Amino acid sequence: MTSRRDFLKAGAAASALAVANPALARAEALAQRASSAGPPPMDPAVRELLMEALNAAKLGGAEFADARIGRYRNNYVITREQQIVNVVDTDTLGVGVRVLLNGTWGFGASRDLSKAGVVAATREALAIAKANALPAADRVRLAPATPTPDGRYVTPHTIDPFTVPIEQKADLLIRANAEAMKVPGVKYVNSNMFFVKEEKNYANTDGTFTTQTVLRSWLPFAATAVKPDFTDFQTRTNVIQPAARGYEYLVNARPVEHARQWGEEAAELLKAKSVDVGRYDLVLHPSHLWLTIHESIAHPTELDRAMGYEANYAGTSFLAPPREKLGKFRYGPSFMNIQGDRSQEGGCATIGWDDDGVKPDEFLIIRNGIVNDYQTTREQAPMLDWWYASQKRPVRSHGCCHSDSWSDVQFQRMPNVSLLPGTKDIGWDDLIAATDRGIAIVGDGSFSIDQQRYNAQFGGQLFYEIKGGKIVGMLKDVAYQMRTPDFWNSMDMIGGRKSYEMGASFFDGKGQPGQVNAVSHGCVPSRFRNVNVINTGRKA
Amino acid sequence: MSAPRSLFGKGSMLSPNDMLSRAEAQAFVERVVKLSRADTIGVSLGGGYTGNIRFAANRISTSGGVTNSQLVVQSGYGPKHAVVTTSDFSPAGLERAVRQSEAIAKLAPDDPEDMPLLPPQQYTNVDAYFDTTANLTPADRAAAAHTAIDAARRAGDLAAAGFIVAGSGYSAIASNTGMYAYFPSTSANYQLTVRTNDGTGSGWAGADHPDWRQIDFKAVSDRAIEKARASRNPVAIEPGRYTVILEPQAVGDLVQLLAFALDARSADEGRSPFAKQGGGTKTGEKIVDPRVTIFSDPADPQLLGQPWNGEGLPLNREVWIENGVLKQLQYSRFWARKKNARPNGGLGAVKMMGGDATTEQMIASTPRGILVTRLWYLRQVDPRTVLYTGLTRDGTFLIENGKITRAVKNLRFNESPLFMLNNLEMLGRPERVAGTEAGGNVVFPTLKVRDFNFTSLSDAV
Repeated sequence: MTSRRDFLKAGAAASALAVANPALARAEALAQRASSAGPPPMDPAVRELLMEALNAAKLGGAEFADARIGRYRNNYVITREQQIVNVVDTDTLGVGVRVLLNGTWGFGASRDLSKAGVVAATREALAIAKANALPAADRVRLAPATPTPDGRYVTPHTIDPFTVPIEQKADLLIRANAEAMKVPGVKYVNSNMFFVKEEKNYANTDGTFTTQTVLRSWLPFAATAVKPDFTDFQTRTNVIQPAARGYEYLVNARPVEHARQWGEEAAELLKAKSVDVGRYDLVLHPSHLWLTIHESIAHPTELDRAMGYEANYAGTSFLAPPREKLGKFRYGPSFMNIQGDRSQEGGCATIGWDDDGVKPDEFLIIRNGIVNDYQTTREQAPMLDWWYASQKRPVRSHGCCHSDSWSDVQFQRMPNVSLLPGTKDIGWDDLIAATDRGIAIVGDGSFSIDQQRYNAQFGGQLFYEIKGGKIVGMLKDVAYQMRTPDFWNSMDMIGGRKSYEMGASFFDGKGQPGQVNAVSHGCVPSRFRNVNVINTGRKA
Repeated sequence: MSAPRSLFGKGSMLSPNDMLSRAEAQAFVERVVKLSRADTIGVSLGGGYTGNIRFAANRISTSGGVTNSQLVVQSGYGPKHAVVTTSDFSPAGLERAVRQSEAIAKLAPDDPEDMPLLPPQQYTNVDAYFDTTANLTPADRAAAAHTAIDAARRAGDLAAAGFIVAGSGYSAIASNTGMYAYFPSTSANYQLTVRTNDGTGSGWAGADHPDWRQIDFKAVSDRAIEKARASRNPVAIEPGRYTVILEPQAVGDLVQLLAFALDARSADEGRSPFAKQGGGTKTGEKIVDPRVTIFSDPADPQLLGQPWNGEGLPLNREVWIENGVLKQLQYSRFWARKKNARPNGGLGAVKMMGGDATTEQMIASTPRGILVTRLWYLRQVDPRTVLYTGLTRDGTFLIENGKITRAVKNLRFNESPLFMLNNLEMLGRPERVAGTEAGGNVVFPTLKVRDFNFTSLSDAV
């Protein structure tokens, strides 16, 4: 069995961002000098266009308007085995204008960044708001937000991935692929690099102007081992979590040094024992648990879902109506605290200001096991005014308004939603040692959950059988089924601060038209008692 | 913002709504092709206008109109190639995109599987552009949304949430090998969920067609309302294997996912459900019930898909499964060359032939079973058997002694479309469906199948 300790060392190396190579060290020093000047101000030409939109909106009678001019770039390097499959650079630039006219939203967007184009998009937004005029009782009211006249933000990073030559990126991937291919049984390896750069400019009629550059980096990798007689194949994937960091993050994750281990894990899965169905105690690693948090805590605590606004697509929430849940519903044990924020370094949802012009705060969604808050925008915060009044808290947005491009209207999206560490200084090994009969799960696999976030099924990457406090072998065909409140209330041990790690998704889907959002979830290793495990292996 | 000022100048827009005629698009892409200094250049262009309206809790929530275009440039030097996309169509923007794709291509390592660009091709004509859709106004979309909003408000105990999106545009492709293809199209899609205010019932209905006039907003609204009311107060049943009647939407949700398993290369390499033990593939073998025939055909009047793929390869009728036999796997151009086969495009617009059973006949012939409206959150659990998990949603009903007797709680399944299509009892007429998770032009029949594997209950409504 390959060691899970090595896996954890890899994670620790990545998160510690130890700079091991001289080129990186030089780049880091340069970046530090450059960043002492702070992020650059908004381009005056962009500011002028944003003002043009806001003026046209006011002239058209809007009581509130905001405009976003953004450039959204992606870079992909795609490889398999010892070859490059493709290199792709995408770039899109345009304006999106949102108006609130008599309490009704309208949105217009265009890639035409002439003055006339920006005004035309604004007029489109006004025309739509007029056509959709809402009855007085339904009109939108926005929570107040402190204006930010000159907001600037850049994702903390050492190396902008868009400055790294393609051949350097490809070389790292191809070398990693070669290492994995050395493992007997490993026949196929796919690996990619995927980078995102968003240069976002925002202005609203409250007087907020912000300019932000957001970077994200990811290295998807998959090694597939095939049995010689074609009776089985197994894949080890999702080995490096995405993060809002620069190129140095992927280098420091040391894919070449770890690829052989990932290949060995794929080959080992071919020999693993197929799991016996039944109830087990589960010890879940942060590389796995982040996704369970995402699906079963972060989604049901989105206020638009709880209020029925996503009923036609993403779904509603079992955590509704808020009046019956806030301050009352026990989600989990009293040591369970769940934080929403857009401030953790490396968090994929981390930004300076949201697409309402709000500076996000850190807030406890679950406090001592009890539901304490929802994720909100300026439109949504007033829906909970009764709760905030009872808590003597101001009615303010938590800064969860987001659009994935200039061409899509902003709405409530997930911040980083994280399970805070426990008070005891324990970790993964301690949880395993304390478990008599269980399964330890590393890495995220198949996931599915219903539209109210009650019933879920999760697979994983690596499954280790625990007997008498020790790992005794590897399992395969494992998935667990759970009902959200039962599952979280069965949590009886969690790791301490030192065992905290973040997992992330680049593609959380929601809304119509569909939009994606990138989000991270920090968490610690945790144990859950008596969970229903099924066997997913069948014969074709 | 690092983009140069010149981006904000005039000359970027091609037309007010970013729509181009065949000749205009050709002139534009040829201009881009002429900018090339590389051995090869392939260009694809798409643009148009999309308007949408969204409503929930019986009120309009967000609504927008988007004008956008995208140019994709692939430059190649021998076996090196790279792709750059841009939405900046100013002369400087076009020049920059071409030069950047050339610069990256030069740096890119060789792709040993690189295929030459196609020479000029013959394409089937598919007429999928309807002025009725292209000429819509915000007021038209608002009126359509009010069909459901007003009905739900009048009812007093219902909440409607829905989404209407309609657009017009085109796609075009060209290369320095003389290939050119152009496809104008419109699209209109309506999906509606009606929930009962007591929180115990939810019903869904949808419609999709390139021609706005083919979307019957009243019928969709009536169907979702009827399902919402009928689905109230669902009861729990024991999970297990049931005879199930899946409406076309639910069949499409699950069976469309076979597309991802049909890759010939994966099968040849032993990492596919269609790899044969000991080597080779299952092509030519009976894999499902003999009544199953699944094909792709952009020109099918129910599908109306784009008749060429991203490489400009003509897409015609391709039969994947015929009378239960796996007729062919999907060959990329590279794998086809290597295996001496014919490249046959992807599944794309896909249709499953049906039978003539009505849903009523299926219900009447069922002593005990479950009627499923749609499926949700489908995720692959095991690629070796195309095993997926997911849940029923928005209208799940118990059938007893040939009649729908009550609503049941939603159920999680772990099931493979391959297993399901081996357990076929009856087939209905194929219908165009509106909202599969994978999307696209999809036509499937209602199916009655036995032994559908439900593994747990969900309290979700």
